[in-house]
Amino acid sequence: MTETEETNTFRPDLIDILNGVPHGIALVDQDLRIIMMNRFLEALTGYSGEESRGISCDYVLHSSFGRNDQVFRQALEAGVSCSIEGDILGLNRKKIPMRFTATPVVEPGQGRQALVLVLEDITVFQEIDRKKEAGPAKGLLGHSPKMQEIFELLPVLAHTDSSVLITGETGTGKDLLAEAVHQASKRSKYPFIKVNCGALPESLLESELFGHMRGAFTGAHADKHGMFQLAQGGTIFLTEIGDLPLPLQVKLLTVLDDREFFPLGSQKKVRVDVRLITGTHRDLKQLVQEGKFREDLFFRLNVLRVHLPALRERDGDVRLLIDHFLQMFAASFSKGVKRLSAQALRLLNSYRYPGNVRELRNIIEYGVNICRGEVIEVEHLPPYVLADAGKAPRAKDVSVSRESGEKTAGVAVPEIPDNASSWSAIEKKQILTALMQTGGSRTGAAKKLGWGRTTLWRKMKEYELG
Amino acid sequence: MKILVTLQSNDIAPRFDLATEVLIAKIVRGKISGEPRTVLLPGPGSDELCSLIIREEASLVICGGIEESHFQYLVWKKIEVIDRVIGPAAQAIALAMAKQLRSGAILRSETERSGVS
Repeated sequence: MTETEETNTFRPDLIDILNGVPHGIALVDQDLRIIMMNRFLEALTGYSGEESRGISCDYVLHSSFGRNDQVFRQALEAGVSCSIEGDILGLNRKKIPMRFTATPVVEPGQGRQALVLVLEDITVFQEIDRKKEAGPAKGLLGHSPKMQEIFELLPVLAHTDSSVLITGETGTGKDLLAEAVHQASKRSKYPFIKVNCGALPESLLESELFGHMRGAFTGAHADKHGMFQLAQGGTIFLTEIGDLPLPLQVKLLTVLDDREFFPLGSQKKVRVDVRLITGTHRDLKQLVQEGKFREDLFFRLNVLRVHLPALRERDGDVRLLIDHFLQMFAASFSKGVKRLSAQALRLLNSYRYPGNVRELRNIIEYGVNICRGEVIEVEHLPPYVLADAGKAPRAKDVSVSRESGEKTAGVAVPEIPDNASSWSAIEKKQILTALMQTGGSRTGAAKKLGWGRTTLWRKMKEYELG
Repeated sequence: MKILVTLQSNDIAPRFDLATEVLIAKIVRGKISGEPRTVLLPGPGSDELCSLIIREEASLVICGGIEESHFQYLVWKKIEVIDRVIGPAAQAIALAMAKQLRSGAILRSETERSGVS
Protein backbone atom coordinates (compact mmCIF):
# COMPACT_ATOMS: atom_id res chain seq x y z
CA MET A 1 0.00 0.00 0.00
CA THR A 2 1.37 3.39 -0.98
CA GLU A 3 1.57 6.32 1.41
CA THR A 4 -1.33 8.10 -0.37
CA GLU A 5 -3.54 5.02 -0.17
CA GLU A 6 -2.76 4.69 3.53
CA THR A 7 -3.71 8.33 4.04
CA ASN A 8 -6.95 7.90 2.11
CA THR A 9 -8.02 4.84 4.11
CA PHE A 10 -7.12 6.27 7.51
CA ARG A 11 -10.37 6.49 9.52
CA PRO A 12 -9.78 7.60 13.10
CA ASP A 13 -12.50 7.44 15.77
CA LEU A 14 -14.79 10.48 15.88
CA ILE A 15 -14.04 11.04 19.56
CA ASP A 16 -10.30 11.08 18.84
CA ILE A 17 -10.87 13.84 16.30
CA LEU A 18 -13.09 15.78 18.71
CA ASN A 19 -10.46 15.38 21.45
CA GLY A 20 -8.01 17.20 19.22
CA VAL A 21 -10.19 20.32 19.04
CA PRO A 22 -9.39 23.03 21.61
CA HIS A 23 -13.09 23.85 22.23
CA GLY A 24 -15.73 22.06 24.25
CA ILE A 25 -17.80 19.80 22.01
CA ALA A 26 -20.85 17.77 22.95
CA LEU A 27 -23.11 15.62 20.83
CA VAL A 28 -26.67 15.72 22.16
CA ASP A 29 -29.81 13.91 21.09
CA GLN A 30 -33.16 15.44 20.14
CA ASP A 31 -34.07 15.85 23.82
CA LEU A 32 -30.76 17.66 24.34
CA ARG A 33 -29.32 14.78 26.39
CA ILE A 34 -25.61 14.13 26.22
CA ILE A 35 -24.46 11.41 23.84
CA MET A 36 -20.76 12.19 24.01
CA MET A 37 -18.38 14.96 25.06
CA ASN A 38 -14.82 15.64 24.03
CA ARG A 39 -11.95 15.76 26.50
CA PHE A 40 -11.87 19.55 26.54
CA LEU A 41 -15.48 19.72 27.69
CA GLU A 42 -14.89 16.97 30.25
CA ALA A 43 -12.10 19.07 31.74
CA LEU A 44 -14.27 22.16 31.64
CA THR A 45 -17.27 20.61 33.36
CA GLY A 46 -15.54 18.06 35.58
CA TYR A 47 -17.86 15.29 34.40
CA SER A 48 -16.75 12.44 32.17
CA GLY A 49 -18.56 11.81 28.90
CA GLU A 50 -19.44 8.32 30.03
CA GLU A 51 -21.09 9.31 33.31
CA SER A 52 -22.89 12.25 31.64
CA ARG A 53 -24.42 10.10 28.93
CA GLY A 54 -28.20 10.48 28.89
CA ILE A 55 -28.28 13.53 31.13
CA SER A 56 -29.83 16.75 29.91
CA CYS A 57 -26.99 19.00 28.76
CA ASP A 58 -27.96 22.02 30.90
CA TYR A 59 -27.33 19.93 34.06
CA VAL A 60 -23.88 18.95 32.85
CA LEU A 61 -22.84 22.27 31.33
CA HIS A 62 -24.35 24.47 34.06
CA SER A 63 -25.12 26.89 31.26
CA SER A 64 -26.96 30.17 31.59
CA PHE A 65 -29.79 28.96 29.37
CA GLY A 66 -31.35 26.62 31.90
CA ARG A 67 -34.73 25.73 30.46
CA ASN A 68 -34.40 28.47 27.85
CA ASP A 69 -33.02 26.09 25.27
CA GLN A 70 -35.38 27.21 22.49
CA VAL A 71 -32.48 28.26 20.29
CA PHE A 72 -31.09 24.73 20.28
CA ARG A 73 -34.51 23.26 19.63
CA GLN A 74 -35.03 25.76 16.83
CA ALA A 75 -31.73 24.66 15.28
CA LEU A 76 -33.04 21.09 15.32
CA GLU A 77 -36.38 22.12 13.86
CA ALA A 78 -35.03 24.37 11.14
CA GLY A 79 -32.09 22.11 10.38
CA VAL A 80 -29.73 25.07 10.29
CA SER A 81 -26.78 25.94 12.44
CA CYS A 82 -27.16 28.76 14.95
CA SER A 83 -25.01 30.55 17.50
CA ILE A 84 -25.85 32.13 20.80
CA GLU A 85 -23.79 33.64 23.57
CA GLY A 86 -24.11 32.76 27.21
CA ASP A 87 -21.94 31.38 29.96
CA ILE A 88 -21.25 28.22 31.90
CA LEU A 89 -20.06 27.56 35.43
CA GLY A 90 -16.89 25.54 35.10
CA LEU A 91 -15.33 22.97 37.39
CA ASN A 92 -13.43 25.68 39.25
CA ARG A 93 -16.73 27.49 39.97
CA LYS A 94 -15.75 30.23 37.55
CA LYS A 95 -18.28 31.78 35.18
CA ILE A 96 -16.91 31.43 31.65
CA PRO A 97 -18.51 33.42 28.81
CA MET A 98 -19.17 31.07 25.92
CA ARG A 99 -20.42 31.14 22.38
CA PHE A 100 -22.62 28.09 21.82
CA THR A 101 -22.86 26.95 18.22
CA ALA A 102 -25.48 24.31 17.61
CA THR A 103 -25.30 22.36 14.37
CA PRO A 104 -27.88 19.69 13.55
CA VAL A 105 -26.58 16.39 12.22
CA VAL A 106 -28.41 13.35 10.89
CA GLU A 107 -27.17 9.82 11.44
CA PRO A 108 -26.55 8.25 8.01
CA GLY A 109 -28.99 5.46 7.25
CA GLN A 110 -30.84 5.79 10.56
CA GLY A 111 -32.20 9.29 9.93
CA ARG A 112 -31.95 10.10 13.65
CA GLN A 113 -31.25 13.73 14.42
CA ALA A 114 -28.71 15.02 16.88
CA LEU A 115 -27.07 18.32 17.65
CA VAL A 116 -23.37 19.12 17.82
CA LEU A 117 -22.77 21.78 20.45
CA VAL A 118 -19.50 23.64 20.22
CA LEU A 119 -18.58 25.79 23.22
CA GLU A 120 -16.09 28.50 22.45
CA ASP A 121 -14.56 30.52 25.28
CA ILE A 122 -15.20 34.17 24.37
CA THR A 123 -13.69 35.81 27.46
CA VAL A 124 -11.14 37.62 25.31
CA PHE A 125 -13.72 38.69 22.71
CA GLN A 126 -16.00 40.03 25.43
CA GLU A 127 -13.13 42.12 26.75
CA ILE A 128 -12.64 43.54 23.27
CA ASP A 129 -16.40 44.07 22.90
CA ARG A 130 -16.47 45.94 26.22
CA LYS A 131 -13.74 48.24 24.93
CA LYS A 132 -15.62 48.68 21.67
CA GLU A 133 -18.83 49.47 23.54
CA ALA A 134 -17.00 52.33 25.18
CA GLY A 135 -16.45 53.94 21.80
CA PRO A 136 -14.96 52.42 18.65
CA ALA A 137 -17.14 50.01 16.70
CA LYS A 138 -20.36 50.78 18.51
CA GLY A 139 -23.28 49.76 16.34
CA LEU A 140 -21.20 47.64 13.99
CA LEU A 141 -22.02 43.99 14.48
CA GLY A 142 -20.69 40.88 12.85
CA HIS A 143 -19.00 37.58 13.50
CA SER A 144 -18.28 36.74 9.88
CA PRO A 145 -14.62 36.50 8.85
CA LYS A 146 -15.04 39.51 6.55
CA MET A 147 -16.33 41.68 9.39
CA GLN A 148 -13.66 40.36 11.76
CA GLU A 149 -11.08 41.61 9.25
CA ILE A 150 -12.68 45.05 9.40
CA PHE A 151 -12.67 45.03 13.21
CA GLU A 152 -9.01 44.04 13.19
CA LEU A 153 -8.25 46.86 10.78
CA LEU A 154 -10.12 49.45 12.85
CA PRO A 155 -7.30 50.23 15.35
CA VAL A 156 -4.86 50.58 12.44
CA LEU A 157 -7.17 53.08 10.73
CA ALA A 158 -7.66 54.94 13.98
CA HIS A 159 -3.99 55.30 14.81
CA THR A 160 -3.10 57.17 11.64
CA ASP A 161 -4.17 60.50 10.18
CA SER A 162 -4.20 59.32 6.57
CA SER A 163 -7.32 59.62 4.44
CA VAL A 164 -9.65 56.65 4.50
CA LEU A 165 -11.90 55.62 1.63
CA ILE A 166 -14.78 53.39 2.67
CA THR A 167 -16.52 51.59 -0.15
CA GLY A 168 -19.48 49.27 -0.03
CA GLU A 169 -23.04 48.90 -1.19
CA THR A 170 -25.76 51.06 0.25
CA GLY A 171 -26.77 50.07 3.78
CA THR A 172 -23.55 48.26 4.65
CA GLY A 173 -22.62 50.66 7.45
CA LYS A 174 -20.12 53.08 5.92
CA ASP A 175 -21.27 55.90 8.21
CA LEU A 176 -20.95 53.71 11.29
CA LEU A 177 -17.46 52.62 10.34
CA ALA A 178 -16.38 56.21 9.68
CA GLU A 179 -17.67 57.27 13.08
CA ALA A 180 -16.04 54.25 14.69
CA VAL A 181 -12.69 55.21 13.19
CA HIS A 182 -13.14 58.76 14.47
CA GLN A 183 -14.17 57.61 17.96
CA ALA A 184 -11.15 55.33 18.21
CA SER A 185 -8.74 58.03 17.03
CA LYS A 186 -6.99 60.75 18.99
CA ARG A 187 -9.38 63.21 17.34
CA SER A 188 -12.37 61.70 19.15
CA LYS A 189 -12.74 64.64 21.54
CA TYR A 190 -13.20 66.95 18.53
CA PRO A 191 -16.23 67.00 16.19
CA PHE A 192 -17.20 64.33 13.70
CA ILE A 193 -18.99 66.03 10.82
CA LYS A 194 -20.80 64.14 8.09
CA VAL A 195 -21.66 65.72 4.75
CA ASN A 196 -23.58 63.97 1.98
CA CYS A 197 -22.03 65.15 -1.28
CA GLY A 198 -24.95 63.85 -3.30
CA ALA A 199 -27.62 65.69 -1.34
CA LEU A 200 -26.92 69.29 -2.37
CA PRO A 201 -26.45 71.15 -5.66
CA GLU A 202 -22.90 72.25 -6.49
CA SER A 203 -23.20 75.90 -5.40
CA LEU A 204 -24.77 75.05 -2.06
CA LEU A 205 -22.37 72.19 -1.45
CA GLU A 206 -19.35 74.46 -1.87
CA SER A 207 -20.80 76.87 0.66
CA GLU A 208 -21.70 73.97 2.96
CA LEU A 209 -18.18 72.54 2.84
CA PHE A 210 -16.03 75.62 2.78
CA GLY A 211 -18.32 78.37 4.10
CA HIS A 212 -18.98 81.82 2.66
CA MET A 213 -18.61 85.50 3.45
CA ARG A 214 -21.50 87.91 3.68
CA GLY A 215 -22.52 89.02 0.19
CA ALA A 216 -20.69 86.20 -1.59
CA PHE A 217 -23.90 85.37 -3.42
CA THR A 218 -27.55 86.35 -3.39
CA GLY A 219 -29.00 85.38 -0.05
CA ALA A 220 -25.65 85.25 1.76
CA HIS A 221 -26.69 87.69 4.46
CA ALA A 222 -24.03 86.74 6.95
CA ASP A 223 -20.67 85.02 7.19
CA LYS A 224 -21.01 81.26 7.53
CA HIS A 225 -18.42 78.71 8.57
CA GLY A 226 -18.16 75.66 6.37
CA MET A 227 -18.15 72.08 7.60
CA PHE A 228 -14.36 71.90 7.26
CA GLN A 229 -14.04 74.74 9.77
CA LEU A 230 -16.66 73.24 12.08
CA ALA A 231 -14.76 69.95 12.08
CA GLN A 232 -11.55 71.70 13.16
CA GLY A 233 -9.37 69.22 15.03
CA GLY A 234 -11.77 66.38 14.28
CA THR A 235 -12.90 64.34 11.32
CA ILE A 236 -15.01 65.21 8.30
CA PHE A 237 -16.80 62.34 6.60
CA LEU A 238 -17.78 63.02 3.00
CA THR A 239 -20.28 60.38 2.06
CA GLU A 240 -21.22 59.70 -1.58
CA ILE A 241 -17.92 61.27 -2.65
CA GLY A 242 -18.52 59.84 -6.12
CA ASP A 243 -21.28 62.46 -6.54
CA LEU A 244 -18.93 65.39 -5.81
CA PRO A 245 -19.00 67.80 -8.79
CA LEU A 246 -15.72 68.15 -10.71
CA PRO A 247 -15.03 71.83 -9.77
CA LEU A 248 -15.37 70.97 -6.10
CA GLN A 249 -13.06 67.99 -6.57
CA VAL A 250 -10.28 70.45 -7.45
CA LYS A 251 -10.95 72.50 -4.35
CA LEU A 252 -11.02 69.41 -2.17
CA LEU A 253 -7.71 68.30 -3.62
CA THR A 254 -6.20 71.67 -2.71
CA VAL A 255 -7.51 71.38 0.84
CA LEU A 256 -6.02 67.93 1.18
CA ASP A 257 -2.66 69.08 -0.13
CA ASP A 258 -2.35 72.50 1.52
CA ARG A 259 -4.71 72.10 4.49
CA GLU A 260 -6.10 75.54 3.65
CA PHE A 261 -8.76 77.07 1.40
CA PHE A 262 -10.64 80.27 0.57
CA PRO A 263 -14.27 80.34 1.75
CA LEU A 264 -16.69 81.62 -0.95
CA GLY A 265 -16.22 85.34 -1.44
CA SER A 266 -13.32 85.56 0.97
CA GLN A 267 -9.87 86.98 0.28
CA LYS A 268 -8.47 85.36 3.37
CA LYS A 269 -7.25 81.80 3.49
CA VAL A 270 -8.54 79.55 6.26
CA ARG A 271 -6.24 76.94 7.68
CA VAL A 272 -7.78 73.70 8.95
CA ASP A 273 -6.56 70.60 10.71
CA VAL A 274 -9.14 68.00 9.77
CA ARG A 275 -8.92 64.32 9.01
CA LEU A 276 -10.81 63.26 5.90
CA ILE A 277 -12.79 60.05 5.59
CA THR A 278 -14.78 59.49 2.42
CA GLY A 279 -17.37 56.92 1.51
CA THR A 280 -19.09 55.81 -1.64
CA HIS A 281 -21.16 53.00 -3.06
CA ARG A 282 -19.85 53.79 -6.55
CA ASP A 283 -16.80 52.37 -8.27
CA LEU A 284 -14.46 55.37 -8.21
CA LYS A 285 -12.00 53.74 -10.58
CA GLN A 286 -14.77 53.37 -13.12
CA LEU A 287 -15.74 57.02 -12.61
CA VAL A 288 -12.10 58.00 -13.19
CA GLN A 289 -12.12 56.06 -16.47
CA GLU A 290 -15.35 57.77 -17.48
CA GLY A 291 -13.79 61.15 -16.72
CA LYS A 292 -16.30 61.89 -13.96
CA PHE A 293 -13.80 61.75 -11.12
CA ARG A 294 -10.32 63.22 -10.97
CA GLU A 295 -7.61 60.62 -10.92
CA ASP A 296 -5.32 62.69 -8.68
CA LEU A 297 -8.09 63.08 -6.11
CA PHE A 298 -8.85 59.39 -6.31
CA PHE A 299 -5.23 58.54 -5.46
CA ARG A 300 -5.27 61.14 -2.69
CA LEU A 301 -8.41 59.64 -1.12
CA ASN A 302 -7.50 56.03 -1.73
CA VAL A 303 -4.66 55.99 0.81
CA LEU A 304 -6.36 53.55 3.16
CA ARG A 305 -9.21 51.70 1.58
CA VAL A 306 -11.78 49.62 3.40
CA HIS A 307 -14.46 47.69 1.61
CA LEU A 308 -17.52 46.82 3.65
CA PRO A 309 -18.95 43.50 2.50
CA ALA A 310 -22.55 43.19 1.38
CA LEU A 311 -24.76 41.37 3.86
CA ARG A 312 -25.15 38.39 1.52
CA GLU A 313 -21.35 37.91 1.69
CA ARG A 314 -21.28 37.93 5.50
CA ASP A 315 -21.66 34.29 6.49
CA GLY A 316 -23.77 33.86 9.59
CA ASP A 317 -24.26 37.57 10.26
CA VAL A 318 -27.88 37.63 9.10
CA ARG A 319 -28.93 35.56 12.11
CA LEU A 320 -26.85 37.66 14.49
CA LEU A 321 -28.33 40.90 13.16
CA ILE A 322 -31.87 39.47 13.21
CA ASP A 323 -31.50 38.66 16.91
CA HIS A 324 -29.98 42.07 17.60
CA PHE A 325 -32.68 44.06 15.80
CA LEU A 326 -35.43 41.83 17.20
CA GLN A 327 -34.34 42.54 20.76
CA MET A 328 -33.82 46.20 20.00
CA PHE A 329 -37.24 46.82 18.43
CA ALA A 330 -39.13 44.54 20.82
CA ALA A 331 -37.67 46.57 23.70
CA SER A 332 -38.21 49.96 22.11
CA PHE A 333 -41.81 49.22 21.05
CA SER A 334 -42.53 47.34 24.31
CA LYS A 335 -43.71 44.31 22.36
CA GLY A 336 -43.62 40.71 23.52
CA VAL A 337 -42.03 39.43 20.30
CA LYS A 338 -39.39 36.85 21.20
CA ARG A 339 -38.30 35.07 18.06
CA LEU A 340 -38.91 34.26 14.42
CA SER A 341 -40.48 31.03 13.26
CA ALA A 342 -38.26 28.49 11.50
CA GLN A 343 -39.99 29.29 8.20
CA ALA A 344 -39.50 33.04 8.58
CA LEU A 345 -35.85 32.50 9.49
CA ARG A 346 -35.30 30.32 6.49
CA LEU A 347 -36.92 32.91 4.25
CA LEU A 348 -34.77 35.71 5.67
CA ASN A 349 -31.67 33.55 5.30
CA SER A 350 -32.42 33.05 1.63
CA TYR A 351 -33.24 36.70 0.89
CA ARG A 352 -30.65 38.69 -1.10
CA TYR A 353 -30.79 42.00 0.83
CA PRO A 354 -30.05 44.53 -1.92
CA GLY A 355 -30.37 47.18 0.82
CA ASN A 356 -28.06 45.22 3.14
CA VAL A 357 -28.16 45.75 6.93
CA ARG A 358 -30.43 48.78 6.63
CA GLU A 359 -32.97 46.68 4.77
CA LEU A 360 -32.76 43.81 7.26
CA ARG A 361 -33.28 46.31 10.07
CA ASN A 362 -36.40 47.66 8.32
CA ILE A 363 -37.74 44.14 7.73
CA ILE A 364 -37.39 43.27 11.42
CA GLU A 365 -38.90 46.61 12.46
CA TYR A 366 -41.87 45.85 10.17
CA GLY A 367 -42.19 42.33 11.59
CA VAL A 368 -42.08 43.48 15.22
CA ASN A 369 -44.73 46.10 14.49
CA ILE A 370 -47.06 43.75 12.63
CA CYS A 371 -46.66 40.68 14.86
CA ARG A 372 -49.17 40.48 17.69
CA GLY A 373 -47.84 37.38 19.37
CA GLU A 374 -44.43 36.16 20.45
CA VAL A 375 -43.30 34.61 17.18
CA ILE A 376 -42.83 36.46 13.91
CA GLU A 377 -44.23 34.26 11.17
CA VAL A 378 -43.71 34.54 7.41
CA GLU A 379 -46.93 36.53 7.02
CA HIS A 380 -45.58 39.19 9.39
CA LEU A 381 -42.72 39.97 7.00
CA PRO A 382 -43.02 42.65 4.30
CA PRO A 383 -44.70 41.24 1.15
CA TYR A 384 -41.75 42.21 -1.08
CA VAL A 385 -39.52 39.77 0.83
CA LEU A 386 -41.90 36.94 -0.05
CA ALA A 387 -42.18 38.13 -3.64
CA ASP A 388 -38.41 38.34 -4.01
CA ALA A 389 -37.90 34.92 -2.45
CA GLY A 390 -40.03 33.54 -5.25
CA LYS A 391 -37.79 35.09 -7.91
CA ALA A 392 -34.14 34.37 -7.36
CA PRO A 393 -32.90 33.13 -4.03
CA ARG A 394 -29.25 33.31 -3.08
CA ALA A 395 -27.53 30.41 -4.78
CA LYS A 396 -25.54 29.58 -1.68
CA ASP A 397 -28.54 29.51 0.58
CA VAL A 398 -30.70 27.46 -1.70
CA SER A 399 -28.40 24.54 -1.08
CA VAL A 400 -28.58 25.21 2.66
CA SER A 401 -32.35 25.40 2.51
CA ARG A 402 -32.55 22.25 0.49
CA GLU A 403 -30.31 20.54 2.94
CA SER A 404 -32.33 21.78 5.87
CA GLY A 405 -35.51 20.84 4.10
CA GLU A 406 -34.28 17.28 3.93
CA LYS A 407 -33.19 17.33 7.53
CA THR A 408 -36.43 18.71 8.86
CA ALA A 409 -38.65 16.55 6.71
CA GLY A 410 -41.13 14.80 8.94
CA VAL A 411 -39.84 16.42 12.10
CA ALA A 412 -41.21 19.86 12.80
CA VAL A 413 -42.15 21.49 9.53
CA PRO A 414 -42.96 18.60 7.22
CA GLU A 415 -44.94 20.81 4.87
CA ILE A 416 -41.84 22.71 3.79
CA PRO A 417 -40.72 21.61 0.35
CA ASP A 418 -37.11 21.26 -0.67
CA ASN A 419 -36.94 24.64 -2.36
CA ALA A 420 -38.04 26.30 0.86
CA SER A 421 -36.69 29.67 -0.14
CA SER A 422 -39.54 30.16 -2.60
CA TRP A 423 -42.65 31.24 -0.76
CA SER A 424 -44.80 30.84 -3.86
CA ALA A 425 -43.63 27.24 -4.17
CA ILE A 426 -44.35 26.63 -0.48
CA GLU A 427 -47.83 28.08 -0.78
CA LYS A 428 -48.56 26.22 -3.99
CA LYS A 429 -47.53 22.95 -2.40
CA GLN A 430 -49.60 23.74 0.72
CA ILE A 431 -52.67 24.26 -1.46
CA LEU A 432 -52.07 21.04 -3.37
CA THR A 433 -51.50 19.07 -0.16
CA ALA A 434 -54.69 20.49 1.38
CA LEU A 435 -56.69 19.68 -1.74
CA MET A 436 -55.34 16.15 -1.84
CA GLN A 437 -56.08 15.62 1.84
CA THR A 438 -59.65 16.80 1.42
CA GLY A 439 -60.28 14.79 -1.72
CA GLY A 440 -60.42 17.90 -3.88
CA SER A 441 -62.95 19.74 -1.75
CA ARG A 442 -62.21 23.44 -1.99
CA THR A 443 -64.29 24.24 1.09
CA GLY A 444 -62.39 21.60 3.09
CA ALA A 445 -59.02 22.75 1.75
CA ALA A 446 -59.78 26.39 2.54
CA LYS A 447 -60.77 25.39 6.07
CA LYS A 448 -57.62 23.32 6.46
CA LEU A 449 -55.48 26.22 5.31
CA GLY A 450 -57.32 28.67 7.53
CA TRP A 451 -58.41 30.77 4.55
CA GLY A 452 -61.77 31.83 3.17
CA ARG A 453 -63.00 30.13 0.00
CA THR A 454 -62.43 33.32 -1.96
CA THR A 455 -58.78 33.53 -0.83
CA LEU A 456 -58.23 29.94 -1.88
CA TRP A 457 -59.90 30.59 -5.21
CA ARG A 458 -57.78 33.69 -5.78
CA LYS A 459 -54.56 31.90 -4.89
CA MET A 460 -55.44 28.90 -7.03
CA LYS A 461 -55.99 31.26 -9.92
CA GLU A 462 -52.69 33.00 -9.17
CA TYR A 463 -50.80 29.71 -9.20
CA GLU A 464 -52.81 28.42 -12.13
CA LEU A 465 -54.18 25.51 -10.15
CA GLY A 466 -57.78 26.01 -11.20
CA MET B 1 -30.15 20.70 61.26
CA LYS B 2 -31.61 21.94 57.98
CA ILE B 3 -30.69 20.86 54.48
CA LEU B 4 -31.48 23.25 51.65
CA VAL B 5 -31.53 22.05 48.05
CA THR B 6 -31.86 24.34 45.02
CA LEU B 7 -34.68 22.92 42.96
CA GLN B 8 -35.78 22.56 39.33
CA SER B 9 -38.84 20.31 39.12
CA ASN B 10 -37.80 17.39 41.34
CA ASP B 11 -34.12 17.68 40.49
CA ILE B 12 -31.30 19.79 41.83
CA ALA B 13 -31.25 23.04 39.83
CA PRO B 14 -28.31 23.11 37.39
CA ARG B 15 -27.24 26.53 38.62
CA PHE B 16 -27.38 28.20 42.02
CA ASP B 17 -27.75 31.70 40.52
CA LEU B 18 -30.65 30.68 38.28
CA ALA B 19 -32.63 28.66 40.81
CA THR B 20 -36.11 29.98 41.57
CA GLU B 21 -37.19 27.27 43.98
CA VAL B 22 -35.63 25.57 47.01
CA LEU B 23 -36.47 22.53 49.08
CA ILE B 24 -35.85 22.73 52.81
CA ALA B 25 -35.73 19.55 54.88
CA LYS B 26 -35.48 19.56 58.66
CA ILE B 27 -33.42 16.69 60.04
CA VAL B 28 -34.00 15.57 63.60
CA ARG B 29 -32.00 12.66 65.03
CA GLY B 30 -30.93 11.50 61.58
CA LYS B 31 -34.44 11.51 60.14
CA ILE B 32 -36.46 13.98 58.09
CA SER B 33 -38.88 15.70 60.40
CA GLY B 34 -42.24 16.37 58.78
CA GLU B 35 -42.76 17.16 55.12
CA PRO B 36 -39.87 18.99 53.39
CA ARG B 37 -40.88 22.55 52.55
CA THR B 38 -40.70 24.06 49.05
CA VAL B 39 -40.05 27.79 48.88
CA LEU B 40 -40.64 29.72 45.65
CA LEU B 41 -38.27 32.63 45.22
CA PRO B 42 -39.40 35.92 43.68
CA GLY B 43 -36.72 35.47 41.02
CA PRO B 44 -33.27 34.06 40.40
CA GLY B 45 -30.28 35.61 42.15
CA SER B 46 -27.33 34.33 44.16
CA ASP B 47 -27.36 37.12 46.74
CA GLU B 48 -31.04 36.69 47.58
CA LEU B 49 -30.58 32.94 47.79
CA CYS B 50 -27.62 33.32 50.16
CA SER B 51 -29.75 35.60 52.38
CA LEU B 52 -32.52 33.00 52.44
CA ILE B 53 -30.04 30.26 53.37
CA ILE B 54 -28.74 32.36 56.27
CA ARG B 55 -32.28 33.28 57.35
CA GLU B 56 -33.40 29.67 57.29
CA GLU B 57 -30.28 28.70 59.28
CA ALA B 58 -29.54 25.86 56.90
CA SER B 59 -26.37 23.99 57.75
CA LEU B 60 -26.02 22.11 54.47
CA VAL B 61 -26.68 23.36 50.94
CA ILE B 62 -26.90 20.95 48.02
CA CYS B 63 -26.78 22.63 44.62
CA GLY B 64 -25.60 22.42 41.03
CA GLY B 65 -23.03 24.89 39.72
CA ILE B 66 -22.24 27.77 42.06
CA GLU B 67 -19.82 30.66 41.67
CA GLU B 68 -16.69 30.63 43.82
CA SER B 69 -17.55 33.90 45.58
CA HIS B 70 -20.93 32.63 46.82
CA PHE B 71 -19.48 29.22 47.67
CA GLN B 72 -16.80 30.87 49.80
CA TYR B 73 -19.34 33.18 51.42
CA LEU B 74 -21.48 30.25 52.55
CA VAL B 75 -18.43 28.34 53.79
CA TRP B 76 -17.36 31.45 55.70
CA LYS B 77 -20.83 31.45 57.27
CA LYS B 78 -20.04 27.90 58.42
CA ILE B 79 -22.51 26.35 55.99
CA GLU B 80 -21.42 23.16 54.25
CA VAL B 81 -21.93 23.28 50.47
CA ILE B 82 -22.02 20.19 48.28
CA ASP B 83 -22.08 21.53 44.73
CA ARG B 84 -22.16 20.25 41.14
CA VAL B 85 -24.59 17.53 42.15
CA ILE B 86 -26.86 16.19 39.40
CA GLY B 87 -29.97 14.20 40.16
CA PRO B 88 -33.22 14.02 42.15
CA ALA B 89 -33.32 16.26 45.22
CA ALA B 90 -34.84 13.57 47.45
CA GLN B 91 -32.07 11.10 46.59
CA ALA B 92 -29.44 13.76 47.27
CA ILE B 93 -30.91 14.52 50.70
CA ALA B 94 -30.99 10.82 51.57
CA LEU B 95 -27.34 10.39 50.57
CA ALA B 96 -26.33 13.55 52.41
CA MET B 97 -27.96 12.28 55.58
CA ALA B 98 -25.98 9.07 55.19
CA LYS B 99 -22.83 11.21 54.72
CA GLN B 100 -22.37 9.65 51.29
CA LEU B 101 -22.95 12.64 49.05
CA ARG B 102 -19.91 14.18 47.42
CA SER B 103 -19.40 17.20 45.23
CA GLY B 104 -19.81 16.45 41.51
CA ALA B 105 -21.98 13.36 42.12
CA ILE B 106 -24.35 12.18 39.41
CA LEU B 107 -27.31 10.43 40.97
CA ARG B 108 -29.19 9.32 37.86
CA SER B 109 -29.93 5.62 37.88
CA GLU B 110 -29.13 3.47 34.84
CA THR B 111 -32.84 3.02 34.02
CA GLU B 112 -33.27 6.77 33.81
CA ARG B 113 -30.43 6.93 31.31
CA SER B 114 -31.73 4.16 29.09
CA GLY B 115 -33.64 6.52 26.81
CA VAL B 116 -30.41 7.73 25.22
CA SER B 117 -30.09 7.52 21.45
